[in-house]
Amino acid sequence: MISRYTSQRVGKGVVWVAAFSTLAVMIWILLQVLVEGLPLLNLDFFMDSPRQMGRTGGIFSTIIGTLALTAVAIVIATPLGVGTAVYLREYTRESRVSRIIRFGTDCLAGVPSIIFGLFGFVFFVILLRMGWSILSGGLTLAAMILPTIICTAEEAIKAIPYSYREVSFALGGTRWQTVAKVILPNAMPGIFTGVLLGVGRSVGETAAIILTAGSSLLIPTSLFSPTRTMSVHFYILAREGISMEMAYATGAALILMILGINTLANWLLWRYFRKVGG
Amino acid sequence: MPEKAKIVLEHFHFYYGADMALKDVNLQIPPRQIFAILGPARSGKTTLLKSLNRLTDLIFGTNHTGHIFLDHQEIYDSQISLPELRRRVGMVFDLPTPLPQSVFENVAYGPRLKGIAQKRRLEEIVEKALRAAVLWEEVKDRVSSSALRLSGGQQQRLCIARVLALEPEVIMLDEPCSGLDPISTASIERSLTELKEKYTVILVPHNIQQASRVADRVGFFLSGELVEEGPVDQIFTRPKDKRTEDYISGKFG
Repeated sequence: MISRYTSQRVGKGVVWVAAFSTLAVMIWILLQVLVEGLPLLNLDFFMDSPRQMGRTGGIFSTIIGTLALTAVAIVIATPLGVGTAVYLREYTRESRVSRIIRFGTDCLAGVPSIIFGLFGFVFFVILLRMGWSILSGGLTLAAMILPTIICTAEEAIKAIPYSYREVSFALGGTRWQTVAKVILPNAMPGIFTGVLLGVGRSVGETAAIILTAGSSLLIPTSLFSPTRTMSVHFYILAREGISMEMAYATGAALILMILGINTLANWLLWRYFRKVGG
Repeated sequence: MPEKAKIVLEHFHFYYGADMALKDVNLQIPPRQIFAILGPARSGKTTLLKSLNRLTDLIFGTNHTGHIFLDHQEIYDSQISLPELRRRVGMVFDLPTPLPQSVFENVAYGPRLKGIAQKRRLEEIVEKALRAAVLWEEVKDRVSSSALRLSGGQQQRLCIARVLALEPEVIMLDEPCSGLDPISTASIERSLTELKEKYTVILVPHNIQQASRVADRVGFFLSGELVEEGPVDQIFTRPKDKRTEDYISGKFG
């Protein structure tokens, strides 16, 4: 018979180990990339375009590619995702249709990214003749991050008290006015979280992007230009043994960029809340 | 019988799915008086209020038979505009429900929905409504701070102001003093007696004493049925029905 005291200690030990291994893994990964990559970072690295397939030069064109692809994905997926969430929560009750939509998004969330890439390649690149381009890649990424945005937006809308809706209707609001003035503003933090997760996934994606946006090192000039994102650049540099140093430097830049985006987003959210007053 | 009734219910039944919440209600509510609806829990009081401005429409699977007339117009008519109906028949809920916005924005919410956008006009409306709800003096220096920072009593008067800003004809209050201290309750009761000068007030009081203090007429409900209705003195001193008497004297509740 194990005493209560022992089981208490073992239990605490198990969760402690779990929590700190998570932290350790995270720190190890970050350190590995930052220690190898940070010393190579300088302004020229960010402002120069890659030369000799990335063996020297910088990563300017891939930064532009990353931002452009992510922006296209977010601009397309956010209204679609939020619209779907609003429809599911505010315009329809639990029914066959809403269950089908939810089942569909759940399935979409579980599809491996390479499958999205294949779909994007066949549909956008070939069938719609968009070629390897920011547009094809952005649309493919949009489809990929859509389930996340729908899910987080729906949770955020679900969390809004029923009384807010009732008040809005009682004061003569139509359903759309209630959505626009009460539901969406109050769901904003949740929607934002979903969008951020989407940004993270877009920035980190490789397989789907190589298949749909290509891996051109030229600076893109329009939505129809092919491009290469930082993650893809990192992958190609490492995979083809072009330059491990440059790969790490790109990785470090990628991490800094993600940190930057998160900080900016948090700041925007904070400012939004200060304005609304909670 | 009262002069000309503001609201008339004829053989009104209301159902949530298969559950009957109101049973054959026939009632006339006179204008510019306080009509109190008494009854124990689950007697259909809130359902009655929410039927009068069709807030019950928000709930899926409800049904009704019979008629409700507001100034002789059937409110369940398909021609009727729901936002317009709800502006005419305002409602204050049992718990204070300020929206997470400033005091000003809370009161301006309804008028804005109606399409009033002019800043000056909104400021006039907000001040007038806050004065009518006896809240202006307390909040005039902080109308732009969050409504959530007001006390419970202030929040509830804010909710009354929010309804008044729409210049309704009927104001319904569902236990507006539940969860409030005696001082806040007294100030809300004071504003109620001022309100009946201009509006038809329908009140679900949070106890029997409150009904006797402020109401002009009282209707007693039990299990969705209107047991008895009449002037407050008669209901409290000479109730016709044994069940009313038992309830008023506190034998059940």
